[in-house]
Amino acid sequence: MYWLRLRLHYWTSLLPGALLHRFSTAPAPAAATSAATTDEPIQPAVEIKHTQLLINGNFVDAASLKTFPTVDPRTGEVIARVAEGDVEDIDRAVSAARRAFDHGPWPRMTAYERCRVLLRFADLIEEHAGEIAALETWDNGKTLAQSVGAEVPMVARCMRYYAGWADKIHGLVVPADGAHHVQVLHEPVGVAGQIIPWNFPLLMFAWKVGPALACGNTVVLKTAEQTPLSALYVASLLHEAGLPEGVLNVVSGFGPTAGAALCSHMGVDKLAFTGSTGTGQIVLELAARSNLKPVTLELGGKSPFIVMDDADVDQAVELAHHAVFFNQGQCCCAGSRTFVHERVYDEFVEKSKARATKRVVGDPFRDGVEQGPQIDEEQFKKILRYVQSGVDSGATLVAGGDRAGNRGFYIQPTVFADAKDEMKIAREEIFGPVQTILKFSGMEEVIRWANATHYGLAAGVFTSSLDAANTLSRALRVGTVWVNCYDVFDAGIPFGGYKMSGVGREKGIYALRNYLQTKAVVTPIRDAAWL
Amino acid sequence: MAPFGYSSWPPLPSTLKPPAAALKRPASISSVYPPLHACTHNTHISLVSSSRVCGAMAAANGSGGGKGFEVPKVEVKFTKLFINGNFVDAVSGKTFETRDPRTGDVIANIAEGDKADIDLAVKAAREAFDNGPWPRMAGYERGRILHKFADLIDQHIEELAILDTVDAGKLFAVGKARDIPGAAHLLRYYAGAADKIHGETLKMAQRMHGYTLKEPVGVVGLIVPWNYPTTMFFFKVGPALAAGCAVVVKPAEQTPLSALFYAHLAKEAGVPDGVLNVVPGLGSTAGAAVASHMDVDKLSFTGSTEVGRLVMKAAAESNLKPVSLELGGKSPIVVFDDADLDMAVNLVNFATYTNKGEICVAGTRIYVQEGIYDAFVKKAAELAKKSVVGDPFNPRVTQGPQVDKDQYEKVLKYIDIGMREGATLVTGGKPCSDKGYYIEPTIFTDVKDDMSIAQDEIFGPVMALMKFKTVEEVIQKANNTRYGLAAGIVTKNIDIANTVSRSIRAGAIWINCYFAFDPDAPFGGYKMSGFGKDMGMDGLEKYLQTKTVVTPLYNTPWL
Repeated sequence: MYWLRLRLHYWTSLLPGALLHRFSTAPAPAAATSAATTDEPIQPAVEIKHTQLLINGNFVDAASLKTFPTVDPRTGEVIARVAEGDVEDIDRAVSAARRAFDHGPWPRMTAYERCRVLLRFADLIEEHAGEIAALETWDNGKTLAQSVGAEVPMVARCMRYYAGWADKIHGLVVPADGAHHVQVLHEPVGVAGQIIPWNFPLLMFAWKVGPALACGNTVVLKTAEQTPLSALYVASLLHEAGLPEGVLNVVSGFGPTAGAALCSHMGVDKLAFTGSTGTGQIVLELAARSNLKPVTLELGGKSPFIVMDDADVDQAVELAHHAVFFNQGQCCCAGSRTFVHERVYDEFVEKSKARATKRVVGDPFRDGVEQGPQIDEEQFKKILRYVQSGVDSGATLVAGGDRAGNRGFYIQPTVFADAKDEMKIAREEIFGPVQTILKFSGMEEVIRWANATHYGLAAGVFTSSLDAANTLSRALRVGTVWVNCYDVFDAGIPFGGYKMSGVGREKGIYALRNYLQTKAVVTPIRDAAWL
Repeated sequence: MAPFGYSSWPPLPSTLKPPAAALKRPASISSVYPPLHACTHNTHISLVSSSRVCGAMAAANGSGGGKGFEVPKVEVKFTKLFINGNFVDAVSGKTFETRDPRTGDVIANIAEGDKADIDLAVKAAREAFDNGPWPRMAGYERGRILHKFADLIDQHIEELAILDTVDAGKLFAVGKARDIPGAAHLLRYYAGAADKIHGETLKMAQRMHGYTLKEPVGVVGLIVPWNYPTTMFFFKVGPALAAGCAVVVKPAEQTPLSALFYAHLAKEAGVPDGVLNVVPGLGSTAGAAVASHMDVDKLSFTGSTEVGRLVMKAAAESNLKPVSLELGGKSPIVVFDDADLDMAVNLVNFATYTNKGEICVAGTRIYVQEGIYDAFVKKAAELAKKSVVGDPFNPRVTQGPQVDKDQYEKVLKYIDIGMREGATLVTGGKPCSDKGYYIEPTIFTDVKDDMSIAQDEIFGPVMALMKFKTVEEVIQKANNTRYGLAAGIVTKNIDIANTVSRSIRAGAIWINCYFAFDPDAPFGGYKMSGFGKDMGMDGLEKYLQTKTVVTPLYNTPWL
């Protein structure tokens, strides 16, 4: 992700492709796509240590004793059976978190001490980077190079970032219209319920847990049923770092059972959810029906990537390619609507086709592979349905369009050209390796089209014109605009959506607000020397 | 919030277990930040019998065994200037002596930096800033190096505390428990701040897009005093390095040892060569060269008001470099009738005598309301007499020697002036030992506002007690000073606390506590106590420049 960053003054030396190719040093043979997926899967070098629920500092079975399988997306085979949390387990986890918040040391210790725990946790993540990355790749299907090179370091980075905020949470002292002394205290909100998705299990863990813990909250985290493993492992490291029991509880399970129980729980003070827009609506509704707990939502997107006519086409193609294909296209902020100015359109389509065809699909544990399998069969089938819909609606299929290999959930990098704004593939979130290229002729037109969506998560702008960059940056109704870069996710940068892409922001100083209450303390001031 | 099992969570570094006594002591006396809190203070009453007074301790200052405590081996590893990542001799080849205030004996000969050395150090810093990696790496990367620096300090606590004790006469136990771990704490605070230096986007009144960048100011000269060689070093070096500056530190000539050790640790942690330079030397030579250097972009000084004036003048006469000054003080503590008397007496004792009174924020003008004045005087004298003056390596000692002969003589001179001006000496007033620079904890009563001992910074263990009647009167008296560094208030009354807090013209107000330093709490003076803040996010500001960037906007949907 952050290796995609382009800075203007490094323009020539830091091509996104050039940087990304660090992780794909192997030459890409023409037949790489199918060959890689027919090889025997590489056995991950990691032992699965934790499959139970983590409640009150202990790994325990589900109350029902039920388990569910988590599946290797390379093969569809079961990796492990994991304890299946349900209403009763969420109850147990919430009461542990409640106790830890109401009576435990975590919110009562100095912020510096919380900071030290999070710093130790970051160090432990780096010490165990290899295992964590392997677990993540095994459960999720993302490339090991990405897990090792980006996600594990970003998790450590995020934890250190919030460790550094813990002792810098300031309220204002406020002037009032009279002789009053007014102070604002920012207090932890209490028990936070957090529901994270399967596309970036570790990173979403860090984005949610980091700020919540730094502020002194306690947490009940529900992981995605597709990817429960890495969170359980790093949560055990967090306890090793000195987290008191009950402060972080991790409950694996399904959305309609465990997830819904968390959303409607009367003992949860705050909810944060990352996932689909449809589920986000349910989450918000459950929060409204129960105790009106405040909710932050980070939901779907159909983010435009706009290539202006002054762009260097090779660079634009490379960046647009990564914007949509990164992480198998399974990014809420994937740049999945590629708007290309008519003057460079033909060249762009041709080169995008060549780039997608060259993309190396295969076992994510293998060196040089750029794209692993989709997360599961359901997603796999859904994406192929969208591809069919693209063909049916008259878009031009210029690359890919089918599964890759004959087992697991691999899909060929797919590119549609000549797409029209009203087509399903240009309107709905596909969450797969499908690039949809649309032609535009002017700034006003592309602004109108780019904004003609329910979503508003992110956008990419590719131009060397300062004025075009400034105009587009302000005109796009989205939470993040990446100009001449994409997927830059530093911990300090706020992230979240406009419109139906969500509510609130994660990361940066902004995420602290999600986990803090604001208390005004007012008292008269007698004979004040000044007001 | 409901009180937790131990309601006064001891504000200690997490590596330390709170002593049992710390859990029992009134929360009101707990200062927050480690370095300036004499941890022995609240426990020494039970440890030391009342007969063990200063005179008795003098015997314990002699050399040889039978003292009941071990003086650790003192090993001085670094005695040269640290320039561009290397320890080097002074250009002149000269050295100066740094002395042990316990005995007056020479500890080591230190390379004596002068103008030529400052030139070399500034050149190295200039190169490191203009062309080196430090300001160009991500704040996060700088933060990681500072975290490592902090971890290395934690690994050398004992060794560093020994250096500060032999060099400055500071209590060894306090150094180990507070000063040194506190330095690591402060560094971690700024390590965590390095990636949180935010500019702002602006709401312009034109079709313009504007934003601010906070950029490192450049090469920074840092002149630090001898009373807290470690803490003061990091008050300045921590935020300056976090901001991305390159620095030239001139430690006090009395206490160069730990600063050189920190330079070594910084290098080990990965601070690039030239980013941190340490040049021991005298103020009039090396210090003046830093202050008047044309290539130093910013100067931060902690020391006396007199020298602060010279520093600012030198800055003005050279390149108009911005200056921040943390200078002297004559801080009042105001004790109201409703105070818990024992707590107040303990707090005031702590405020005056910590670090043998060698603290710019020492509470030295004590205003006690008339209703409890007599009782206060009696108890304050009793408590002062219980102080144990002696070898700072002795864990039972609560007060070590003054830093050097000059200071020692100056303090005794002020005691003499106090008596001649008509104040009543209640206790103390004399040297404690025929060797070293020990002085008895001293209390004067019947002090008038215009006496020298009520106006001048003595920088020694001398308390001036005064009586007052009303809130209005004491506000006026408390503000009757050219200083404005800190003040203490002891009261249970919320209205008095709030009114007096706003009325006293000082940079730090401690209510029912004292020395409540904290990395997150900005610190610095009003009036002639200086300007510019150390610590907290404010402490970063002086090492940053603000650049405003503006460009026109066309076809913007909103402004």
